[in-house]
Amino acid sequence: MKYMLLVYGAEDAWTQQEREECMEESTELCRDLAKDGVFLGASPLHSVETATSVKIRESKRLITDGPFSETHEQLGGYYIVDVQSLDDAINIAARIPGATKGTVEIRPIVELPALADIPTGE
Amino acid sequence: MREACNGLANSTLSHQLEAIYHRESRRVFATLVRLLGDMDLAEDAMQEAFNAAFQQWPEQGIPQNPRAWLVSTGRFKAIDHIRREQRLDKAREDLLHQLDHTAEITEDEQIEDDRLRLMFTCCHPAIAPPIQIALTLREICGLTTEAIASAFLVTPSTMAQRIVRGKAKIKTAGIPYHVPQKNELTERLDSVLSVIYLVFNEGYHSTQGNALTHPDFCQEAIRLGRLLLSLLPDAEVQGLLALMLIQEARRPARIDQHGDIILLEDQNRALWHQDYIQEAQQLLQDAYASQSIGSYCLEASIAAVHAEAMDFESTNWSRLIALYSLLQQSSPSPIIELNRAVAIAMQPSGNGGLSRENIQQGLDQINKLIQGPLNDYYLAHAAKADLHRRLKDVPSALATYQYALGLASQPADQRFLQKRIAQLQPQKKI
Repeated sequence: MKYMLLVYGAEDAWTQQEREECMEESTELCRDLAKDGVFLGASPLHSVETATSVKIRESKRLITDGPFSETHEQLGGYYIVDVQSLDDAINIAARIPGATKGTVEIRPIVELPALADIPTGE
Repeated sequence: MREACNGLANSTLSHQLEAIYHRESRRVFATLVRLLGDMDLAEDAMQEAFNAAFQQWPEQGIPQNPRAWLVSTGRFKAIDHIRREQRLDKAREDLLHQLDHTAEITEDEQIEDDRLRLMFTCCHPAIAPPIQIALTLREICGLTTEAIASAFLVTPSTMAQRIVRGKAKIKTAGIPYHVPQKNELTERLDSVLSVIYLVFNEGYHSTQGNALTHPDFCQEAIRLGRLLLSLLPDAEVQGLLALMLIQEARRPARIDQHGDIILLEDQNRALWHQDYIQEAQQLLQDAYASQSIGSYCLEASIAAVHAEAMDFESTNWSRLIALYSLLQQSSPSPIIELNRAVAIAMQPSGNGGLSRENIQQGLDQINKLIQGPLNDYYLAHAAKADLHRRLKDVPSALATYQYALGLASQPADQRFLQKRIAQLQPQKKI
């Protein structure tokens, strides 16, 4: 089964050095996952301050700065893995450095057969 | 004559069939869940297998191993069912392939493991606790949705939705059917134990309802505890079972004929089930031998101290204080501190009577808790009032009972406090 692991956390919870260490550990984790044959993709995201939101309302494009949500925790990165069960996904989530300060949300991915046939741009 | 014989044979047979259904249906279901990987499919297959059995067995006789027959028949019924489906998705095709190519394993041991697997699935921490309980009662104990709904004071449709949501979560989120690995076992076992204890408490605190509509959750929980222990011998499982047995032993003595609570102090100890208490003591002994006891063992040991005392006065208070201290270390909570403070207050003086000094010490500790985390907790105020009463400080006792009454929400608790207040008030002339 495919899962997306969404890493949420407060952006100001990390010092610059911690952030760099986190990136190194995360990269190492991705290598391990690839070795186990379960890695599909992962990436950190730039700060929510760089985010842009787009909505279509009455056929008009509404473009705004950021999502100004009330929540303290922001989406900071993601992993996509292909494993046997939720328990495997939980075990991976527990190894993500972001889990020590924030929360990792595990979401099963809907596998649309038609989607699988579309080639990606890479 | 012949007809009468047939009638007799039929009624024995139908009793036998009923007994087999009662004994085997949840086992067969659990194994079919493993084979089919889908609870709804397994439920239908199990029911169809029993339908076939009830048609064929009266003529052909009951097979040597009814359980294996039922699993095998259920498996075929499920294969038929999948083949009849109009559109097969990939998952179903894979399942069919797997079913066609794997030999079914129906050894008794494996089937018992299937029940344990299913228990861990229903109590998976990724499922919300109220749904864990509903799923356990429905899928492991085999209670009807209506019975579970009535016990939790919700409508059958609300409970049905809860169960559907739970099953959907298991399927969509990919919660596996397996007993967790050793390194995860402790964390996952906690969740199973807490569901069993919640089921027990649900039964223990509900006094209304008749036996027909309101299943005996205490007995169900004890049954689950025994099942878990037989599959997974672990000190904390022994501890939980012991704890439930001792509480269950006291049940006949804890409610009076008006449905009011009788405090431990005033219970008729001759009504306690000694066989349950003895069983619990044996379990605790085994648990302590393993030298890996946790909070359920400690709670059971505390209950055992009360169960072993001939009367309230001869309770071994110093042992209780020691056990509460250990419990406070393993799972800290202000409620445990409150209980420890009461035990300190109840410690007798040298001549065996109550000690003013100890009561005062207990009172001081309770006051600290009331100024802190137990500010709104009516039992803390009730315990404080009780110690004032024992010190014969009637005005303080009355004022504190009144305060506790303002915080108590359950009618039975309110009646108890009102009774205490009435006993303390000076006799009015009529």
